[in-house]
Amino acid sequence: MMKDKLTVKYLIIGNSAGGIGAAEAIREIDKNGSIAMISEEPYPAYSRPLISEYLAKERPLEKISFRPADFYKINNIQLISGNKIETLDAKEHTAVLADESTIAWEKLLLATGGMPIVPPTPGIDKKGVFNFITLNDAKAIDKFLHDADRVVVIGGGLIGVSVTEALIKRNARVTVVEMKDRLLSLILDEEVSAMAEKKLQQAGVEILTSHTVAKISSTSLVRDTVSSVVMDDGRIILCDAVVVAIGVRPRIEMARNSGISTNRGIVIDRQMATSHPDIYACGDAAESYDFINGDYRLSPIWPNAYIGGRIAGLNMTGVRTEYQGGASMNSLNYFGLRIASAGIINPPDNSYEVLSESKDGNYRKVIIKDGIIVGMVLTGNTDNAGIYINLMRNKINVEELKQILVSDDFGLASLPEELWLPQLSLPSSAEKYSVILAKEIEEILAAE
Amino acid sequence: MKRVYIKEEVCMGCGLCEVYCQLQHSLSKDLVKAFNRETPKALPRAKVERNGPVSLSLRCQQCTDTPCVFACLTGALSRDTITGIVNVDEEKCVGCGTCTLACPFGAIKQDNLRGKAVKCDLCQDEEIPVCVANCPNEALILVEIEEETLHSKAAMISIK
Repeated sequence: MMKDKLTVKYLIIGNSAGGIGAAEAIREIDKNGSIAMISEEPYPAYSRPLISEYLAKERPLEKISFRPADFYKINNIQLISGNKIETLDAKEHTAVLADESTIAWEKLLLATGGMPIVPPTPGIDKKGVFNFITLNDAKAIDKFLHDADRVVVIGGGLIGVSVTEALIKRNARVTVVEMKDRLLSLILDEEVSAMAEKKLQQAGVEILTSHTVAKISSTSLVRDTVSSVVMDDGRIILCDAVVVAIGVRPRIEMARNSGISTNRGIVIDRQMATSHPDIYACGDAAESYDFINGDYRLSPIWPNAYIGGRIAGLNMTGVRTEYQGGASMNSLNYFGLRIASAGIINPPDNSYEVLSESKDGNYRKVIIKDGIIVGMVLTGNTDNAGIYINLMRNKINVEELKQILVSDDFGLASLPEELWLPQLSLPSSAEKYSVILAKEIEEILAAE
Repeated sequence: MKRVYIKEEVCMGCGLCEVYCQLQHSLSKDLVKAFNRETPKALPRAKVERNGPVSLSLRCQQCTDTPCVFACLTGALSRDTITGIVNVDEEKCVGCGTCTLACPFGAIKQDNLRGKAVKCDLCQDEEIPVCVANCPNEALILVEIEEETLHSKAAMISIK
């Protein structure tokens, strides 16, 4: 049997935020160069964060797709789904798929994402123990779950809180186990962690912080299915299911095996290029530029993956452009608590200045280093969160603004006019435009 | 393509732009009902910002470099290629707020009652946007602009 060989200009490995970002950027510049996207999952690109809406039965399968159904057709992209690359030959510019077919490529993007962190807990492979990263994970839990089931969620970060909300909506009884002393400790300060914990507890969630699950057990009758967990302090919690929600680690095996430079993630530069000039990487798999810390690090944030993918795609077409950088930035709305946070939330030492204020149920905290905002967290009304982000991104000195930075009427008007007025005012005379006068329209309408 | 710009020096901060915007996006299109009776109340997409003598009417500028669209987790936000308007597909929007985090002007609001993002849509059902039509001091200007000369960029001017 002759093995299939496909030749493409652009090969994108991965079909999530980063892969789609790259494909869209490529098509903005290059309408004709052939694009193939390899998707391990058998679905068109879907919004990962929406798998919790699927599990909560608030959104059917058809409604979680990231782009319209005709996206691949309209953009002339060959989607190879339910398949994966087994070997990558960087030198020969080829890739071999699981079905032994070969793809020859000119430019390659590794948008391989992350895989769930699974702890080596005894019993972790019993039936009834799930991850919560992919749509198939959500489907598996959905199929397994009965009304009023007890579920232990291991991990009190973003994934843990997200799946917990979905499970509560499914009328499950949930216990969250978190190793650290508070929930969402990576992205929130102590005050907002406490707010979030209170909301979860009000919704009936049991929270066990500063603890871990030591063992996942089953009864002697049904030995392969979970029936309880044993905690590190010996306590036993009866349960019907366990969801492992610790986090993701970068999928870098293919990169490493093909000789591309890797650290914890795939090493890239500001153009999103790897150590091989024709291979790029983005998203959860890569260590991308962080503008807060001025270094390269893992940044498993959906918008950073998409934008990084865009920059990679542009560079792959020959448009030389730089990734401006990402940061840890999160906007979440769980259990009725809206939170926006970014950057360094928990200053590591006393060289940071912290401003905060709480009023009318809205909490605002800003963390400043050398006159520049390096972190922020808001709760409640977060409508002006983006203003802070932009001050952070552009490293605007806020020494003169400290009095009003966390006040409840802080907004654009609080900032020096030169930062925003040109964007909102009539364009410069170089722009071609014509003013439409209200009076003229009235006259036209009156005459009709 | 139509765009609305501000003339900050003649803005009085009266707030009529917000009032008419809320009315326009209400169900009843009746002032008293829109403000006092409807639930959930419609949100104005325009926002009057005030700081001492400075006031301005802020709304989405339909930026060509769309940081909100790039940030959107669900694909709910997209830019219409013909009108250049950035739209929220409310069926897809889950109200996560990531777009709000991405907008450097704070021009996208989160409607917590409905769980959706809301932003200026340039009043597609009207000849001219109602904020422009009802501004008592011509502090809002409607222009017709060519796509290729449009340089609405979201990035704030960088001060070195």
